[in-house]
Amino acid sequence: MRRDSKSSSRRKRPKLAVWKFASCDGCQLSILDLEDELLELADSVEVAYFLEASRAVIKGPYDISLVEGSITTADDVKRIRRVRSVSRYLISIGACATSGGIQALRNFKDVKEFTSIVYARPEYISTLERSTPISEHVKVDLELHGCPVNKYQLLDVLSSLLNGKRPNINSYSVCMECKRAGNVCVMVAYGMPCMGPVTRAGCNAICPSYKRGCYSCFGPSESANIGALSKRFKDLGVDDESIVRMFRMFNAYAQGFRDVEEKVMEVNSKQ
Amino acid sequence: MPFIVERDEFNGFFTALRDMGYEIIGPRVRDSVIVYDRLDSVDDLPIGMTEQQEKGVYRLRKRDDGALFGYTVGPHSWKMYLFPPRIRLFTAERHDSNLKVVEEQYSAKRLAFVGVRACELHAIQIQDRVFLNGTFKDQVYEKQRKNVFILAVNCTVSSSTCFCTSMNTGSMVGSGYDLVVTEVLKPRHHFLVDVGTSLGHELLSKVKHREASREEVEHALSMVEENARVMSMMGRRSIDTKNIKELLYNSYESRHWDDVEERCLACANCTMVCPTCFCSTVEDVVDLKGEHAERWRVWDSCFSDEFTYMHGSAVRRSRGAKYRHWITHKLASWIDQFGTSGCVGCGRCITWCPVGIDITEEVKALQQGYAAGR
Repeated sequence: MRRDSKSSSRRKRPKLAVWKFASCDGCQLSILDLEDELLELADSVEVAYFLEASRAVIKGPYDISLVEGSITTADDVKRIRRVRSVSRYLISIGACATSGGIQALRNFKDVKEFTSIVYARPEYISTLERSTPISEHVKVDLELHGCPVNKYQLLDVLSSLLNGKRPNINSYSVCMECKRAGNVCVMVAYGMPCMGPVTRAGCNAICPSYKRGCYSCFGPSESANIGALSKRFKDLGVDDESIVRMFRMFNAYAQGFRDVEEKVMEVNSKQ
Repeated sequence: MPFIVERDEFNGFFTALRDMGYEIIGPRVRDSVIVYDRLDSVDDLPIGMTEQQEKGVYRLRKRDDGALFGYTVGPHSWKMYLFPPRIRLFTAERHDSNLKVVEEQYSAKRLAFVGVRACELHAIQIQDRVFLNGTFKDQVYEKQRKNVFILAVNCTVSSSTCFCTSMNTGSMVGSGYDLVVTEVLKPRHHFLVDVGTSLGHELLSKVKHREASREEVEHALSMVEENARVMSMMGRRSIDTKNIKELLYNSYESRHWDDVEERCLACANCTMVCPTCFCSTVEDVVDLKGEHAERWRVWDSCFSDEFTYMHGSAVRRSRGAKYRHWITHKLASWIDQFGTSGCVGCGRCITWCPVGIDITEEVKALQQGYAAGR
């Protein structure tokens, strides 16, 4: 989407749309949280559809669609197809859109059982059995991970699209960012369980930088070895149930994390 | 000719180094770990501290004396100063249709590395070969390297993860230092000092010292030798480097890599803490308007998929293959490439592996597998 090299105020700006599915709106808020860059952003793209920010809607098609949230209803399934059909680039943003989010915890249980406990009139609830990522329904051009996304990574993706550059999205572990920052490893030095070694980089190792174990907001890294890390957590005194829960967070249903229960059982059978 | 500097005079090195325009970098306790950071005086050193290191475990411990250098190596290495983890290479500005690229001018500070161990000095010399020998020199490294003063320390203690004696890199400092000190605690806390360069001589001349007697030299060095002897004892970590190149090259198809595949996290911690690992990649950033762009160099690792990505896929995707590549380069192909081993036996990759994979054990397993024809 490289625009004309001569930038002028009259140039045609790419149209940006921001869509919401099942989510907490936190990733959309990350866009609004780009306080120092918002004016420049609004000048570089035409914010055509962004209900979190404005009720003014400009008709599609759209050059860039940012999609937040997971697919949890039959209506969502139809709507995401419509979004896809009016979008040139579709970028799913955040843990919900890329892995099904925390609401994907239902995928491991019977959703009818949940609705019968939670709601006074469960018969009014119309929902799918599973909460699924956008990529399970339509073609996604780029996935931006995190709960929420790193706003600077989002800005880099938009700047990259506008200027024809490859975005800096890395799928290696948080440990790479942690070590580059000169941090002390919380697992080795304090015996603190940390999800960093199996978690995708992108947050600049924010939790270990404050001497906390990583919570895996960004989901599984490219070669996440959950069996080996589970074994280490066990050695550090974490019980099986807690280990499973550490993986069953924002990215519970992500490929690479979803079979943690089996992996923990495998570790146990080998001991 | 060796000299003696009393404990009470040791801060003179710090004062003199600062007078000579150096910023002092050395070991200090931060977040319950001995890291490398800026030091202002001798009091910033981890006085009376030591550490317990094991596979995947590091714990800071107190000693029952006031030793200044009574510990070994932590997670940091000097490469973070010579080969910074993140550095800008150039910026580009566009005004209308004019693009102007401005190369970064590195202003290398004068840095004094205090407390450089024998293994670490070897690691610096190995990186010298990587970055400075050959057709293309690394300008960032070269500029900083020329501005470094090295005050080395002979090791009189070792951690359980140390195996320098088997790699022929310690515990006595060989060459490449400006000054080297050996700490003697008893009966009187003092330091044996040896001069390596005229710059080292200049520094020593600013600190109160006297010539060492033969007994004093022998006493100090016997402690370093004793440490080396203890490290070489049976049951201590070591790598048998005999035919190591052939072992690794012939183990390419070993079944052992499947075993590593199960244990390794491919998290890259070993490469980040290794004082000789030198891989980097570049990342470009640009502003929304496309008027300002920057290129940054950042530490990379052979454990990332991106590292071997070529038209559609990474060449090495399994964790076993990644580890095989790393250990084979470190212990075997490094020798063909640079004329030395890439391993100095500092043990950082053992301690800082979150799941405690031990390079010395992996070599032993490969040796056993090779002998058994697996």
